[in-house]
Amino acid sequence: MGSPSPYLPGLATIMKIEEQTAMEKLFMLRPNDGKPLGHKPGQFVEVSVFGVGECPISVSSAPNKKADFEICVRRAGNVTNALHNLKAGDVIGIRGPYGTHFPVEDLRGKDLLFVAGGLGIVPLRSFINYALERRKDYGRIIVLFGARTPADRLFKAELASLARRPDLEYLETVDVGDASWKGNVGVITTLFPKFTIDPKKTYAVMVGPPVMYRFAIAAARAKGLADDHIIVSLERKMKCGLGKCGHCQMGPVYVCQEGPVFNFAAIKNLEEALS
Amino acid sequence: MNLAIIEKEGLRLFLAELLRRKNTVVGVKDQSAVSSIPGDSGFYTYAPINSPEEMTLSFDVTLIPPKKYLLPAYEQLLTFNLSPGSIKADAPKEELIVFGVHPYDIIAINQMDKVFSAVPQDNHYLERRKRTTIIGIDPVKAAPRAFWSSMGADTVAGGFDLMLTDIGQCYVTEVGSKKGASLLKMAPGAREAAPAEAKERDKVRAEARKRCDANRLNFSYLELPSLLDGKEEHVIWEEKSYLCFSCGTCNLVCPTCYCFDVRDDVSIDLKKGSRYRTWDGCLLSDFAQVAGGGNFRGHRADRYRHRFYRKGQFIYRRFGDIACVGCGRCSAQCPSDIADPVAVFNRLKEGI
Repeated sequence: MGSPSPYLPGLATIMKIEEQTAMEKLFMLRPNDGKPLGHKPGQFVEVSVFGVGECPISVSSAPNKKADFEICVRRAGNVTNALHNLKAGDVIGIRGPYGTHFPVEDLRGKDLLFVAGGLGIVPLRSFINYALERRKDYGRIIVLFGARTPADRLFKAELASLARRPDLEYLETVDVGDASWKGNVGVITTLFPKFTIDPKKTYAVMVGPPVMYRFAIAAARAKGLADDHIIVSLERKMKCGLGKCGHCQMGPVYVCQEGPVFNFAAIKNLEEALS
Repeated sequence: MNLAIIEKEGLRLFLAELLRRKNTVVGVKDQSAVSSIPGDSGFYTYAPINSPEEMTLSFDVTLIPPKKYLLPAYEQLLTFNLSPGSIKADAPKEELIVFGVHPYDIIAINQMDKVFSAVPQDNHYLERRKRTTIIGIDPVKAAPRAFWSSMGADTVAGGFDLMLTDIGQCYVTEVGSKKGASLLKMAPGAREAAPAEAKERDKVRAEARKRCDANRLNFSYLELPSLLDGKEEHVIWEEKSYLCFSCGTCNLVCPTCYCFDVRDDVSIDLKKGSRYRTWDGCLLSDFAQVAGGGNFRGHRADRYRHRFYRKGQFIYRRFGDIACVGCGRCSAQCPSDIADPVAVFNRLKEGI
């Protein structure tokens, strides 16, 4: 073949694995060629466990000068189950980064309202940390985080330190509490009455399970946010990441190419986008 | 010589010469003898050819389109060691001559060329395409469910190396590429076509078109993208898909369906593995299902509708092509006969 295969992954070594919950682990990866991934917040990579397969995973760390990056993976399918069985020092394959990213430059000077449902915190963490590293570039930062139960909460220590920051407003909730839980109980939209925003300068950036969007978007609209002030990132089966294999199609849109990050105004009338 | 004449015997000798020179040639074989359908008049498949006698050029349509040679049903992309360290891409190496491809199938291949050469390019496909020679043949028959004449797919301007038209005693042969021009030199007795012979070709094509017109869209196929606008909630999707087995046959036999899955295989000693792609179909129930069980097109009617939108609108919006060429394979092979684009699109046009 005269030109390289777009399916050929680079190799990366697992440097460290941190158990987040019973279902999720955080993997710190180092590309074997020492080159930084070059991603922007919101992009994803295709992760290979050789002999098992490949699947799309969003990058959870903010871009930086170092080559190391992080992915947080829920044990859900063949590849992710295999990943959970690996240990530090094991080598996996990485292709990418792929897809659109959060409009981190366009949102400079704006107020940011992050809405993270469950695993949605994983790609948002990349943007949140990116913004915190450039704190002066952004206005208010509000982070809403919802999990099913207290035990399902990801990045517990990190989020606790976010909550202590004076330059960030952090609100969290769980769908179902337990004996130890003193915080808010209810779906993520129950956090919305707890703060006010200036809708003209605020942008909501939402990532969560499919069911979350309808309600979270309605809540954001009720706060006066225009549709083009709502940014979402959508999950689909992005098998090839190249806009060929057809699995991630949402009507005419290939989520791996035009997404996963979309401006809500651009897709609100698209059949199949949000159910 | 852009328009040549090859005599019937000349074509036989041409094919024999290609085989003698150890070219791998696939052509259409009449498999009626092995068909289990009583009274089946034609059952054609593309298969490797060892002698000119094995091949027919007077078929109506093949069971599976020639896409199987450009996007093989099982295509190895990578090989690797399970204890990683070595991983490499597999490049297609074989050269292939596909002998006898109808214009509608060439149009479908031209569409795949666009899809796979769109950035990011799929070099596996492009390399295979480069190594494939296409010798077209104008149809003289139309399959009972074919409707290519109303899909603008009765003739094709490019995408072939040679294009043959059977005008009775001989084949009018159009040269479509440099490769085609040099191939033509191997055809004994090939000569420049006379104006009358070129006219005869038009006549043969017009007659074939007429035969195919028995089954047709009642409107211009170019209206399809706008016709589908706002029809997402039409009753036809639920109604027709009620009989859908989600078997994916319509995808499998479609020359413009190219969706694929990517999977890994492991050798029996658990030391080496390979990554391959294999055909997938949007009508299969788990096509849009993600790990964890969420299915973004879990409803049968939504999958059924997706296919028609893809054919009539989505690919058009992306690449400018209507992704149905009217071959009629889906209509003929759907177990419950609900896949026919003519029936669906004509009904949407009638507005009932």
